[in-house]
Amino acid sequence: MNSTEKYLPKDFEFVGKDKISKIDQTFTSQPYWKDILSRFTQNKGALIGVICLIIIGTMAIIGPGLNEHTYSSQIIAHQNLAPRIPGLENLGILDGSENMNTSTGTVSINKYISANKEEKTGLEDTYYWFGTDVLGRDIFTRTWAGTRISLYIALVAVAVDMLFGMGYGLISGFFGGKVDMIMQRFSEILNGIPTLVIVTLLILVLKPGLTTITVALALTGWIGMSKISRAQVLKLKEQEFVLASKTLGAKNLFIIFKEILPNIFGQLIVMSMFSIPNAIFTEAFLAFIGLGVPQPLASLGSLISEAFKSFTTHPYMIISPVIVLAVIMLSFNMMADGLRDAFDPKMKEM
Amino acid sequence: MKKYILKRITISAITLLVILLVLFLMLELMPGSPFNDEKLTEAQRAIINAKYGLDQPMVLRFINYIKAMLSGDFGVSYTISKNTPITVLLESRLPISLIIGGQAVLIGTLIGLVLGIIAAIKHNTIFDTITTIISVLGVSLPSYVFAMTLIYTLGFKLKWLPLLYQANDPVSSTIMPTISLCMFTIATVARFTRTEMLEVLGSDYMLLAESKGISSFRLIFRHGLRNALIPIITVLAPLVVGLMTGSLVIEKLFSIPGIGSLLVTAIQSNDYNVIVALSFIYSLMYIGIMLIVDILYGVIDPRIRLAKGGSNE
Repeated sequence: MNSTEKYLPKDFEFVGKDKISKIDQTFTSQPYWKDILSRFTQNKGALIGVICLIIIGTMAIIGPGLNEHTYSSQIIAHQNLAPRIPGLENLGILDGSENMNTSTGTVSINKYISANKEEKTGLEDTYYWFGTDVLGRDIFTRTWAGTRISLYIALVAVAVDMLFGMGYGLISGFFGGKVDMIMQRFSEILNGIPTLVIVTLLILVLKPGLTTITVALALTGWIGMSKISRAQVLKLKEQEFVLASKTLGAKNLFIIFKEILPNIFGQLIVMSMFSIPNAIFTEAFLAFIGLGVPQPLASLGSLISEAFKSFTTHPYMIISPVIVLAVIMLSFNMMADGLRDAFDPKMKEM
Repeated sequence: MKKYILKRITISAITLLVILLVLFLMLELMPGSPFNDEKLTEAQRAIINAKYGLDQPMVLRFINYIKAMLSGDFGVSYTISKNTPITVLLESRLPISLIIGGQAVLIGTLIGLVLGIIAAIKHNTIFDTITTIISVLGVSLPSYVFAMTLIYTLGFKLKWLPLLYQANDPVSSTIMPTISLCMFTIATVARFTRTEMLEVLGSDYMLLAESKGISSFRLIFRHGLRNALIPIITVLAPLVVGLMTGSLVIEKLFSIPGIGSLLVTAIQSNDYNVIVALSFIYSLMYIGIMLIVDILYGVIDPRIRLAKGGSNE
């Protein structure tokens, strides 16, 4: 048997400076916001989300003005035209042809250019980038006009959260006692009513439209936010800096808005970002069951709802609004995730 | 414990009362009436009002209203199918909606749990990434997008499943609606399970259990999952909301004769009684589930009961 207890010199290796592969990195101290920014920009998903949102936001602003059509103008002769984009049509994609299912099988039809060379359709120089709908309206313009509404809804959701939910939670958490009791019971009861019921009843009383959707969001959107901001205030209000401020004679409102709020603002922004997809979702859902913005206005939800009626024959009509809606939702979700991780890497999903 | 349960029940009861009051006031303040027929004279209108008890003072009507609603008498439908008691309308529709909703919850929760556990055990691998992608997609895309994709591929192109609900073939007709409804559940549960499991798996008692030599199967299911499951109960309530709103769209898409599509029809044809009855039923289900979740949570986790029992926290 070999003696295994003995170590030989060759069992060991000298670790010199050149063998150390990992050196601790040192960072200069940096301000809070820079820290957040660097964490946020390292998150690829969040960055992609922001870029997509910037592109969609720009298109929502300039998109409806890019061609001569408006969201409501219709040309009866241009019904059900498939997408046709200059340049791409030479590659054989998006050249205005679509497959039609007939009793004898699937046929490719191009309404822009007649198969018979002699015949003129009058549409040879017409290009509809996303096609036209059953009423002969430009889907490109309507999609971006609809995007405007979705983004408006996003703004409303943030505003409701920030103005209403935050204030409610701050006051309830800071004053505590009876005020908190009453305010909490009130929000608990309101929270017990399903949003679906509130929205349904509201639409009965008011007319379906953008105002109604805004009111519905304002009524229901703030509760989640108020809970978070209240919990945050409860955490902070017993801390020394608040006591110090109180001792120096600061008024309640000063303490709430100047001492506590700046410390919890990050988390609140993150929370409000998470409520955006929810709000857009609500609008798309309402539009889909026919309670959205009235015709000829378009929102992404109502475009999808309209296009669904003919989506087995003209699937292109539904594709662009669905893709834009999906990208908006995904982008906001990824951006919110990124913001949450950036503001507090340890903060768990709420 | 008794105090906690009593408090939850009281709040639920008050919520229900508020809902009843709101529903009642909505009917009062709503423009128009089901008897807006121009052919009716004032006298005829008065007779009809008396027949339906619309001439009594408001408080009396409210009390009558509560009594009727709680005893399950929702009145008759005005426009959808004239003079049919709503209970008759609901009788055939409620089970269909409950079956589809129940299937979606069960299947969604099961798949979500499995995905979440796999993602947590195989943290930072391809499984984890796939689960994250599925959960982000499931949360981000409305259920009708899934439904339409399914309709187009499985129903329209491949013709494997019926496009619309068929009463004589309830099993295969509910497959596509269930899948499109449960995507949201899968996503939420998977996401939550993953985070919870990761936290539990990293805790000291798991390390202790592992060092004692417990088999990995027992370790994950007996020690890990049991503790991770507790917080997952809390996502049940939002899931129910998601299913409720989802069911409206899904039932409309697949022409399912359930309560969701009934509500849409009722809203579009201004049938007050049906809308009110369905709002009440939806609220009742929601409040009931919230109450069960709250009590269950309090029973399982004493910290919640103690924290929420006080008036300040």
